[in-house]
Amino acid sequence: MKRIWQRVLFAVASCIVGIAVAVAAESSGAVGVPKSTADHSKFKELQREFASGQEVTKACLSCHTEAAKQIHQTQHWKWEVINPQTQQKLGKRHVINNYCTSATSNFKACASCHIGYGMSENFDFASQENVDCLACHDTTGKYTKPSGFAGAPVTKDTEFPPGSGKIIKGTNLTPIAQAVGKTRRQNCGNCHFTGGGGDGVKHGDLDTSLEKPDRDLDVHMAKDGLNFSCATCHKTDAHQVPGSRYAPTGKDGHAALMPGNPDDKGRNVATCQSCHGQAPHKQAKLNDHTDKVACQTCHIPEFARGDVPTKMRWDWSTAGKRDKNGKPLVVKDDDGYDTYLGIKGDFVWGTNVKPDYIWMNGVNKYTLAEDKIEKSAEPIYINKYEGSARDGKSLIWPIKTFTGKQPFDPVNKTLVVTHLAGADDTAFWANLDWEKAVASGMKTAGRPFSGKVDFIETVSQWPITHMVAPKEKALACVECHSRNGRLAAIDGVYIPGRDAKGMLDMLGWGVVLLAFVGSLGHGLMRIVSRRKN
Amino acid sequence: MSERIYLFKGFERFWHWSQAALIMFMLLTGFEIHGSYALFGFAKAVSYHSFAAWALVGLWVFAIFWHFTTGEWRHYIPTTDKMIAVARFYSSGIFRNEPHPFKPSASNKHNPLQRLTYLGILVFVSPLIWITGWLYLFYNDWAAWGLTNLSLDWVATGHTVGAFLMLAFLVSHLYLATTGHTPLAHIKAMITGWEDVDHGHAPREG
Repeated sequence: MKRIWQRVLFAVASCIVGIAVAVAAESSGAVGVPKSTADHSKFKELQREFASGQEVTKACLSCHTEAAKQIHQTQHWKWEVINPQTQQKLGKRHVINNYCTSATSNFKACASCHIGYGMSENFDFASQENVDCLACHDTTGKYTKPSGFAGAPVTKDTEFPPGSGKIIKGTNLTPIAQAVGKTRRQNCGNCHFTGGGGDGVKHGDLDTSLEKPDRDLDVHMAKDGLNFSCATCHKTDAHQVPGSRYAPTGKDGHAALMPGNPDDKGRNVATCQSCHGQAPHKQAKLNDHTDKVACQTCHIPEFARGDVPTKMRWDWSTAGKRDKNGKPLVVKDDDGYDTYLGIKGDFVWGTNVKPDYIWMNGVNKYTLAEDKIEKSAEPIYINKYEGSARDGKSLIWPIKTFTGKQPFDPVNKTLVVTHLAGADDTAFWANLDWEKAVASGMKTAGRPFSGKVDFIETVSQWPITHMVAPKEKALACVECHSRNGRLAAIDGVYIPGRDAKGMLDMLGWGVVLLAFVGSLGHGLMRIVSRRKN
Repeated sequence: MSERIYLFKGFERFWHWSQAALIMFMLLTGFEIHGSYALFGFAKAVSYHSFAAWALVGLWVFAIFWHFTTGEWRHYIPTTDKMIAVARFYSSGIFRNEPHPFKPSASNKHNPLQRLTYLGILVFVSPLIWITGWLYLFYNDWAAWGLTNLSLDWVATGHTVGAFLMLAFLVSHLYLATTGHTPLAHIKAMITGWEDVDHGHAPREG
């Protein structure tokens, strides 16, 4: 009996000591050492009221004198990218996709995600005061840019839409400005988690579940693990954010980055290989895959794994139905997600979606507003990644294949810009009239429109690269090394377990069978002849 | 009643049986990797197959050393002596209870058909399997070895051809092991090392 008590006492004592040590270790790094060299709340420039975002920016620029010039060079500011391989003019100002189709003609709503104030078709991209510092540097989570204000925050209580009786509460920018800091995942997430018009809609591997993911969802971003921010991998240089799906790195092909290594100059630092190199596995056979298979293929077994569904299909052609009160019809599924909206059409959602797989070399070819499209060539690829087993620049990548049906001009044979959002009479979401909405959108975009609207099947491709699972949740070998596995459609590579050849196998088993039947026959004859003798 | 000779030495028997076990195990795991059936699961099959390959490499290092230091390699030199007679025995004489035309001895263990078959395995099937298997194991080093134009497709095809030939050999070998004066005579000899040779017929497997 005494012994048991001793043991219990010892156990309790060890627990207390253990906790004390853990607490000491936890706090030792933080106590007394501020993370930043500047406490912005102590800056005179920020101890005032701000009537607008621009006023905050001017205060920022009074110390960070060159920041706006850096921003002016970025994709986030320009919403324009010249694809280095195809010379196509891409970016949100130019592409038409198969979600909400286009930002052009809808900037009042869409510009909530622009890192500037007052984005429009005639926006002054040389303006310094219109750079929005807070969108990326707010650490309070209180900074918002409501839809309808072209990317401006609302600083005073405002009725919106005018005459609706709905009030948008004003945001006090002073405490936000005084607390600015490094970009957190929520800053990126405000736009990138909700791309396509809602949480998880667009990418499938980016949604609000990544704000506080567990280890199974994202091994790098896990709150109780490595706790990476987006910028840990997308490490900026002069405000340039590396890693973009407009021109991704199909095959890194190099060892891990080394600070100072001149060979690493110009490399995309946001690849897996930039940290993990080419032979990251302890088991040699697994490293045999890195010349053909992207890390993401095995390590992201499914996307939309965080209980936030992603849209898999969007059919605009059915939009326009109204309920009995004359309001655009709304149909929801059992989980409360829209499966039909009168203003948008039919949706298909997916969670825990198995990706499709393609050879991808990083060349991303778009069908742009000026490109001719034929109904007979359905589905039209909004964007298509190029790649092959033989070009030496491709790996096998997982992608989300997003299909849809969207408006196009059947006479001019082009995709169209639709004016969706706005208080005016031509906005589709106000009046559900396709001809008017497209005519207005095309006029704003400066594109010819025949006046006719038809619908065409489209496909877009989205590389899957986030939501990296821990190694024990990576794909099992047999998922691909089997007859009808995940890579059944991938050509140009021999995959053991998938590619047994009909002819060779028939011949081989034939030879074995011959040996067997020969032996059997010979043996039978021996038995029969022995009896006779 | 019978003259018994010590035909298979200790190491030889150890080599034979451990090699037999490894080859059968590698056929089992190999054809699973090939996609012919599911047994251990692909991942385990690959690990087992690679592990057995390294075990076989180790065994062969010893076996090659043994063959050359003892001169036992001479048992695989082909000969035409009595070849026709032995072939005639297995195709007809064996059914008439005729005596085996070949008498094994410590200096001449294998009949001419055995010599030819084992040599074929040694110079054709084994190298095919070993070379392609080695390439399979060291896939990541092909570029460093200058093998930039090699495709896994060809390596895998060669490896599979070798596996089918080895399996066909195994089937025939297992059957021919029963053609001694009793069905288990050869097998016993391969276990104990001692072979009865005074019966005068069918003393050796092919």
